[in-house]
Amino acid sequence: MGRTLAAKVWDAHVVRRGEGDRAAPDLLYIDLHLVHEVTSPQAFDGLRLARRSVRRPDLTIATEDHNVPTTDIELPIADEVSRIQVETLRRNCAEFGVPLYPMGDAEQGIVHVVGPQLGLTQPGMTVVCGDSHTSTHGAFGALAFGIGTSEVEHVMATQTLPLRPFKTMAVIVNSRDGSLPAGVTSKDIILAVIAQIGTGGGQGYVLEYRGNVVEQLSMEARMTVCNMSIEAGARAGMIAPDATTFDYLTGRPRAPVGPGWDAAVQYWRALRTDDDATFDAEVHIDTDTLTPFVTWGTNPGQGLPLSGRVPDPEQITDDGERLAVRKALSYMDLKPGTPLREIAVDTVFLGSCTNGRIEDLRAAAGVLAGRRVRDGVRMLVVPGSMRVRAQAEAEGLHEVFTAAGAQWRSAGCSMCLGMNPDQLAVGERCASTSNRNFEGRQGKGGRTHLVSPLVAAATAVRGTLSAPADLD
Amino acid sequence: MHAFTRHTGVGVPLRRSDVDTDQIIPAVYLKRVSRTGFEDGLFAAWRGHEDFVLNHEAYRSGSVLVAGPDFGTGSSREHAVWALLDYGFRVVISPRFGDIFRGNAGKQGLLAAQCAREDVELLWKLLETEPGTEVTVDLQEQTVQAKDLTVGFAIDGYTRWRLLSGLDDIALSLHYVDEIDAFEAQRPSWLPTTTGLVRGS
Ligand code: SF4
Repeated sequence: MGRTLAAKVWDAHVVRRGEGDRAAPDLLYIDLHLVHEVTSPQAFDGLRLARRSVRRPDLTIATEDHNVPTTDIELPIADEVSRIQVETLRRNCAEFGVPLYPMGDAEQGIVHVVGPQLGLTQPGMTVVCGDSHTSTHGAFGALAFGIGTSEVEHVMATQTLPLRPFKTMAVIVNSRDGSLPAGVTSKDIILAVIAQIGTGGGQGYVLEYRGNVVEQLSMEARMTVCNMSIEAGARAGMIAPDATTFDYLTGRPRAPVGPGWDAAVQYWRALRTDDDATFDAEVHIDTDTLTPFVTWGTNPGQGLPLSGRVPDPEQITDDGERLAVRKALSYMDLKPGTPLREIAVDTVFLGSCTNGRIEDLRAAAGVLAGRRVRDGVRMLVVPGSMRVRAQAEAEGLHEVFTAAGAQWRSAGCSMCLGMNPDQLAVGERCASTSNRNFEGRQGKGGRTHLVSPLVAAATAVRGTLSAPADLD
Repeated sequence: MHAFTRHTGVGVPLRRSDVDTDQIIPAVYLKRVSRTGFEDGLFAAWRGHEDFVLNHEAYRSGSVLVAGPDFGTGSSREHAVWALLDYGFRVVISPRFGDIFRGNAGKQGLLAAQCAREDVELLWKLLETEPGTEVTVDLQEQTVQAKDLTVGFAIDGYTRWRLLSGLDDIALSLHYVDEIDAFEAQRPSWLPTTTGLVRGS
């Protein structure tokens, strides 16, 4: 019987099959281990305690992202705990021989932006990182997933992980001709997928995104989709590699060259789900009627088309669900029935590993060109990496942003999570291109609406949740 | 890691579903570089409210947490498990766990016991009517028992065996180092490395 893409990548990495009556897991080889300052210190500590070393520092790379400020990056980090975490990473990398991009380096950035742009993420690889959004790298047809700190230590010590195969779910995204309606982006697709299957719907699964829409998405748009697989509860998301993938990789610093490239492409071409393979589950999304999508609640599944209204909990029959919606609305300070377009924001955040790449910045700049961020609204534009920042500056995008009144920052996770100086104040409301709208995610008491870069830019101009089509 | 066979302690009814890891321990606590002392971050946003369950005297010393479905979803932070362990929890019961959380729990010796939704309801009722009730969780038998109530729980066989034996994962894998060497020897040479990417490394 045929195999799925996920099964092919899995099978190619089995060092040892699990066996015996206890159904031990397979031991899987890891091709690339990405490291950042938050989930690694205790792993390095564990190695030290057990007198172990990093087995393959040459398959490991570290960057500083979660804690770094995005202004005044030449100064020492003011927050003491953040500084300690970053300094600890530097010390650990030096001691264990792991290459590191520190703050200020031309290649520093969010770990999931750095890997792909260097060509380190390639089809068919196994990629792990102590961060759930490692699923991003699945856009290349890699099996990429987040791991916990003890697994980080495990990979450091052995370059393997004991794992049991994941179930597979096909997420089939189709439209009449494969194109998306105007103003609709891959962010809207994934928000709609999550709203449809729920934040637990993908649990235990690797999602494989397929269909004519996925085939036509750019590499960066694919990364946005795979990035948020975790918000649907999935372990990973994958997309079969194709010409788009190969084109993106061509000429990247770590892409193979010469005969290596030819051998690689030949191998990559076989990385597709066989026609006679079966998935454990299947969902279908039709994008012909899709419109820009935004979240109104406190989990990424609580989203609706921008034309919708805040739901009324009293009309929900399921007790648990009604309670959850009530809680979400109380935290978000929203009244049932309010048109989503009338929700006013204080802040707009454009960035993160979901939407902090060059295409995202271009899309937002396209909307902001010749317009102004509304008075009283602050907009942060935070490139996902210093390389993205340099590229944007080469294209003059930073001038568009600053002319519109937005703040142009250095690379980092920034306002995606409340770990660095870029945070929401209590009660502040934000339209954010990031991936999580949990309570307090962007700062204690902050309120998050997840949106696409296009919606973020239009919202900045109008001051209420908006799509570019709402601008005159 | 300590072996886990059977544990008895005060049960804490956490009547909430979708308790994601940001709620278990907010991001601000992740900045530490140590492996211990995360108990103060546990449910930090909720503990400020007087009526939060852990603020009631009878539950304060709890070690068996009984939560609603989808406990530990969201971010992969293992700190969520450390915070629960550091606070004194040995068992979390829920009808459904976040995958990564469940994996992390098993590795650290925190038992993530999956009980049917109806059974969680029964446990909640019991623990709420009689605060301070002790719960016994038996991993060998896969049972949760409190007063007259005994219910079963599910856990995968491998994690159960690991918990019962208290074995460290890395030692287990390094046992197969010859096979790892052999696998490495046949990896295609065009696969990328990070050597020389960073100046001076
Ligand atoms: S940008 Fe946000 S989601 Fe991505 S790695 Fe950073 S904190 Fe995590």
